[in-house]
Amino acid sequence: MIANGVSELKFRDPARARALADALEQTVESIGREVAVMHVCGSHEQAIARFGLRAVLPKRLNVIMGPGCPVCITDVPEVDEGVALARQGVRLATYGDMLKVPGSMLSLNDAQAEGARIDIVYSVAQAVELARRIDEPLVFFATGFETTAVATAAAVLGDPPPNFFVLSAHKYIPPAMEIVAEMPDTRVEGFLAAGHAATITGWGVFEAFVDRHQLPVVVAGFEPLDILAGLVRLVELVRDGRPAVENMFPLCVTRAGNLRAQQQLWRVFKPIGGNWRGIAHVPNGNLRLRDEFAHLDARRRFDIDLESLWDFAPPALVRDCICGDIMAGIKSPTDCSLYGKACGPDSPVGACMVSSEGTCRIWHQYGGHPDLGGRRGAFCAR
Amino acid sequence: MCLGVPGKIVSVDGDIATVDFWGVQRQVRLDVVDEPVLPGDYILNHVGYAIRRIPAEEIGATLALYEELLTHTEADQDLMAADVRAEIAGAGDDR
Amino acid sequence: MALSVRDERITMKYGAGGRAMRSLIQEIFHDGLVTDDAPGEITLRAMDDGAALRLGSRWLVLTTDSHVVHPLFFPGGDIGRLAISGTVNDLAMMGATDVLALTCAVIIEEGFSRDDLSRIQRSMRLACEQAGARIVTGDTKVMGKGEIDGIVINTTGVALTDRVVPDSALGDGDRLIVTGTIGDHGMAVMAKRLGLAIEGTLESDVTPINALVRSALDAVPGAIVAMKDPTRGGVASALHEMAEKSGVGIIVDELALPVTDAVRATCELLGIDPLHVANEGKAVLGVRPDAVDAVLSALHHHPLGASAAVIGACTTARPGSIILDTGFGRRLLAEPEGEPLPRIC
Repeated sequence: MIANGVSELKFRDPARARALADALEQTVESIGREVAVMHVCGSHEQAIARFGLRAVLPKRLNVIMGPGCPVCITDVPEVDEGVALARQGVRLATYGDMLKVPGSMLSLNDAQAEGARIDIVYSVAQAVELARRIDEPLVFFATGFETTAVATAAAVLGDPPPNFFVLSAHKYIPPAMEIVAEMPDTRVEGFLAAGHAATITGWGVFEAFVDRHQLPVVVAGFEPLDILAGLVRLVELVRDGRPAVENMFPLCVTRAGNLRAQQQLWRVFKPIGGNWRGIAHVPNGNLRLRDEFAHLDARRRFDIDLESLWDFAPPALVRDCICGDIMAGIKSPTDCSLYGKACGPDSPVGACMVSSEGTCRIWHQYGGHPDLGGRRGAFCAR
Repeated sequence: MCLGVPGKIVSVDGDIATVDFWGVQRQVRLDVVDEPVLPGDYILNHVGYAIRRIPAEEIGATLALYEELLTHTEADQDLMAADVRAEIAGAGDDR
Repeated sequence: MALSVRDERITMKYGAGGRAMRSLIQEIFHDGLVTDDAPGEITLRAMDDGAALRLGSRWLVLTTDSHVVHPLFFPGGDIGRLAISGTVNDLAMMGATDVLALTCAVIIEEGFSRDDLSRIQRSMRLACEQAGARIVTGDTKVMGKGEIDGIVINTTGVALTDRVVPDSALGDGDRLIVTGTIGDHGMAVMAKRLGLAIEGTLESDVTPINALVRSALDAVPGAIVAMKDPTRGGVASALHEMAEKSGVGIIVDELALPVTDAVRATCELLGIDPLHVANEGKAVLGVRPDAVDAVLSALHHHPLGASAAVIGACTTARPGSIILDTGFGRRLLAEPEGEPLPRIC
């Protein structure tokens, strides 16, 4: 099926995966109680969900999805800024993920239905090319974590045309891990860190975190084997009481990371505090354009009229949302008064229901904790 | 962070590489990768930018890492794991 | 928390073939039009690929489709080929593989290129030849510039048949066969439409499959109990509809799905599931277990069916749900809403 030599990079051998799943089960059993660990990457949750790994994880291991999905944690006012601009007649380019995320009342998709011009792009480079071909302003709605922010930085430094602007809603993950680790009552005993973000930042950024909080961090990739192996190692560290950083993704991650990318990132962006949807204030969690790049900062170039969106009554529901507690592993979706009633996949209120990877969304889809049988996989239809 | 996909470089033209992903080709920008890349190298692509050159020798190292995990547990009783170890041992020789 | 602005307007998702479209049809279009059917007849209420009406000892099968694909020309085909294939295939999905006649109505935007129109007509002619069908009547309208997007083609197909196959008669133990590789059409069109500059062998599979389906139906008469063509919403949508209407659950073996390398690679790059992607030259067949080998063999002997494969089985557990066995574990296969979009996360 996979034709050329890149097949060895796809760690998807089911036999190896089964062996690792068994090893994970044994390690969790040797601890003898419930263990909760957290991953902070939407793509980890996507991979876990896509390959059906939750069905084979040990019953006593709770792998919590933390605030790692850039779609979910892009806050309401930030989405509103994009929606408002689009409704004001400004042409917007965005990644597909953000199209349906609701702001205070409308998503970009809703704005598009009303006639706003929104282009879906796969890469910021595509948006720059589009700007070169048109006369009017084009605002790139820049969402995603540091890995994606690097691409935006490269585009900004790459001499884009004067009609190209950036509305930055980029986020930086390490400060969010701090928040979760510092939450009182948090039951998270270890973190699985995102391999691609660490490709940029290096695993060294987690050393101070581990010292401060005495919690282990394992950097893992995104193939089924990577995730299972990462979890095995993480649970071993929890079992042994060893707060350490371990790199289980040497294929792409080094201690120092990609210095060239980091230089570009921090030349273009500065970290400021801001709200993440569902998790309140994260110091240094938001990335904004530095003053040197004010000339392509959409917030400075355009007068964004947010009040027009407040003709719709701002939802009081957001106050009752407990996504923050769910992300910290303190509460379950069923503890939430909105879950399944006012908050559902078609009318999401908080982060955990917005994204196809959010805890609440996944629970809603599975009708609770998934139990689909078939521990051994490899079902043969004949 | 997300959706990083490995591909093999087919050709390089300044800051742009043509990369093969399992039979389809796409252009990938080289503005942020921190090593020079040549045709035949593997890179990790994220939203159209190469963020890392993947050294071929690391593949074996990663597989060896996984093998270590299996020896730490009671996996000796599991025939499946024995198969896996044999596979890994065999694979190491190919690189 | 209903968003009143969105609900009062028909947005793109209502045309995408999923749950929203079905609700729209039931809430608005069925109003006053759904009547009691004669025994065995398939009409509006069933929301099947077409309608089947009793005509003496036989069935008259009717279907209609409007085609609005963009871009008009894509790798592997164009709107003309799509218009003919779509309707011929809908008839075939009802069991009517011998087309009696087709109609063709076009609405053309002022300023449309005459050469493009000829090109489209040539495609339609070729598709008709391949399907053994002919266009016997039509209509032509022109609308002002900007009042319509390029061209809209409506085709209606009529056929007579002795056997009608619904999409709702799956039973416990029945197997599901897909007649070839999945995701070809949608990915070819998406790559072109979004200007994704992906070079590779992405080609639409758009083609009439009535002859292919005929060979499968003839292999073991009565053994194919349900059929659906996985167009918008892909195989996932087709399976969901079949499972819901039949009251069974379906388990799909992900490793058995036939997917070309090019489609798999592009889906990986864009974060899209091939099961959600449209097909225009494939069918999903529900087959009695004891007839699977014979049906598969008949498909493999036909040039269009070389990649046919068994991809799943029906159960009584979790009726209406599709479970995907990934080889590593299992998960529920969600029903797609709207067009799949490339994602970064």
